[in-house]
Amino acid sequence: MIPRATSSVLRQARTQLQPRGPTPVASLSALARFLSSLAVLEQRDGKLNHGSLGAVTAAQRLGGSITGFVAGGNIKAVAEEAAKVSGIEKIIAVDNAAYDKGLPENFAPLLVENIQRGGFTHVIAGHTAFGKSLMPRVAALLDVQQISDITAIESENTFVRPIYAGNAIATIESSDEIKIITIRGTAFTAAEAEGGSASIEDGVDPKAETTTEWVVENLAKSDRPDLATAGRVVSGGRGLKSKEEFDRIMLPLADALGAAVGASRAAVDSGYADNSLQVGQTGKVVAPQLYLCAGISGAIQHLAGMKDSKVIAAINKDADAPIFQVADVGLVGDLFDKVPELTEKLKQ
Amino acid sequence: MSALRILVPVKRVIDYAVKPRVNKAQTAVETAGVKHSMNPFDELSIEESVRIREKKSYGPGVDTIIAFSCGPPKAQDVLRTAMAMGADRSIHVEIKDGEEVEPLSIAKLLKAVVEKEKIDLVMCGKQAIDGDEGQTGQMLAGLLGWGQATQASKVSFEGEKNVLVEKEVDGGTETVKSRLPMVITTDLRLNEPRYASLPNIMKAKKKKIDKMTASDLGVDLTKRLKTIKVIEPPPRKGGGKVEDVDGMIAKLKELGAL
Repeated sequence: MIPRATSSVLRQARTQLQPRGPTPVASLSALARFLSSLAVLEQRDGKLNHGSLGAVTAAQRLGGSITGFVAGGNIKAVAEEAAKVSGIEKIIAVDNAAYDKGLPENFAPLLVENIQRGGFTHVIAGHTAFGKSLMPRVAALLDVQQISDITAIESENTFVRPIYAGNAIATIESSDEIKIITIRGTAFTAAEAEGGSASIEDGVDPKAETTTEWVVENLAKSDRPDLATAGRVVSGGRGLKSKEEFDRIMLPLADALGAAVGASRAAVDSGYADNSLQVGQTGKVVAPQLYLCAGISGAIQHLAGMKDSKVIAAINKDADAPIFQVADVGLVGDLFDKVPELTEKLKQ
Repeated sequence: MSALRILVPVKRVIDYAVKPRVNKAQTAVETAGVKHSMNPFDELSIEESVRIREKKSYGPGVDTIIAFSCGPPKAQDVLRTAMAMGADRSIHVEIKDGEEVEPLSIAKLLKAVVEKEKIDLVMCGKQAIDGDEGQTGQMLAGLLGWGQATQASKVSFEGEKNVLVEKEVDGGTETVKSRLPMVITTDLRLNEPRYASLPNIMKAKKKKIDKMTASDLGVDLTKRLKTIKVIEPPPRKGGGKVEDVDGMIAKLKELGAL
């Protein structure tokens, strides 16, 4: 363990001393040498969550050295998986089952200790349930104002993020010494899971007490692609009228397209679809190649979750529905006729 | 443990149904003359606190519900709404019109109030629909060293100490058990907020709003983030309509989506 730690310390010293090749952005090149990012990676049951590798992509755009962070019980396999991710120089791993469920009460002090020991300038995590719950707590412990849900990086201290449900895009500059950042997954695709060869180092474990314990989880099981990262999404709204109809009309269409299933808040609140399928400001933000929706009027809260999709197609019987203002392809008609017809024709 | 003292932070934001417009100078979203109301997630927090009292779901009961807001003079309107829904009194940290306060500073103000008022449960909205940051509750829990449960869809109590919270997470729900004191942030499916009735609106006018400043609470509101510019997102132009399903398939193929 000691030789491993020593070699990685040397490695870190080297990366800080050696000037890097010319960087296209002039303002970044001088700083890149001093920049060091910590990408907080997620794991579940001993498997790396590849969705969380977007943090590595964001770190690559910043330049500078990249360290990955993983914690949990029997973390070795996850650390080895993470070590292969392209672009990462070092993995800090903390082996302790107390971190398996990502409870912020002990995970935040853990991260703070490792951030301070490693002297990182940027700490990046996904704007996922895990990141959203954990990172503000980390930021407060470090006395830093976090930057949430960024969609672009302009320089090492300037970032772009949507506000007002995506109705405005703000460019903001941080004066904090450590930048605590969460990223929007659809804006930073996951880094390559192969091609890297990072060293693995044990992190410090402050073993903070927590007054919170994990009790149970209830996750919707699905064989379909994951909503947040799917290439195609079909989504249904209030127009579906019932859960039975939602399942009868939308699921075959999803299968014909190999798409994930989403829903509007109205459909979720009426019990037609599970909460986890909600697309919008308060649900998932998606940006697939194709977003095909039926029976959705297009309220601004819904548009916030899907308007960055490459192609939007809409079927609605109301020709004046706001969804048609953003749809690349609109079809006015009764979804109970049109969607099954579309499904049949797509199958051929 | 004695009866609960609950703190509910509320924010005055542009009404959720209004489409925000960026100002001409591209420095912010236009707020003058635009309808404002209470952040929808904060309505859920007030509602949940009032229900804990009404349904006696916590054994020793609820001692007091204090609404808090940091905002311009007009933030009093949302505090009045909170009191009409059932909060007992309010604290207003007044700032100038147009001034913005970051979540970290709000969390520090709240920490001071929690300590001053001997609060044991803070009910926050999961995010404000203007900044969409989703930080304040977690930051406050961190500063206090308290347990936290974010995006709550169900809150129940077990004895005098334990709180069970069902949280909305990616892919479903997760339940955690934490001990009081703690911070909970509320999500949409937690409850359906009530409308304030006219008699209650009248009664709320008699309830007390304590005005104070950030320096009374010993908090520095200096911002760490500077807004360089605010722009409208690139508009999407609708591609027009097609006549039938065949037209839709043909157009999708043309666009490379199939």
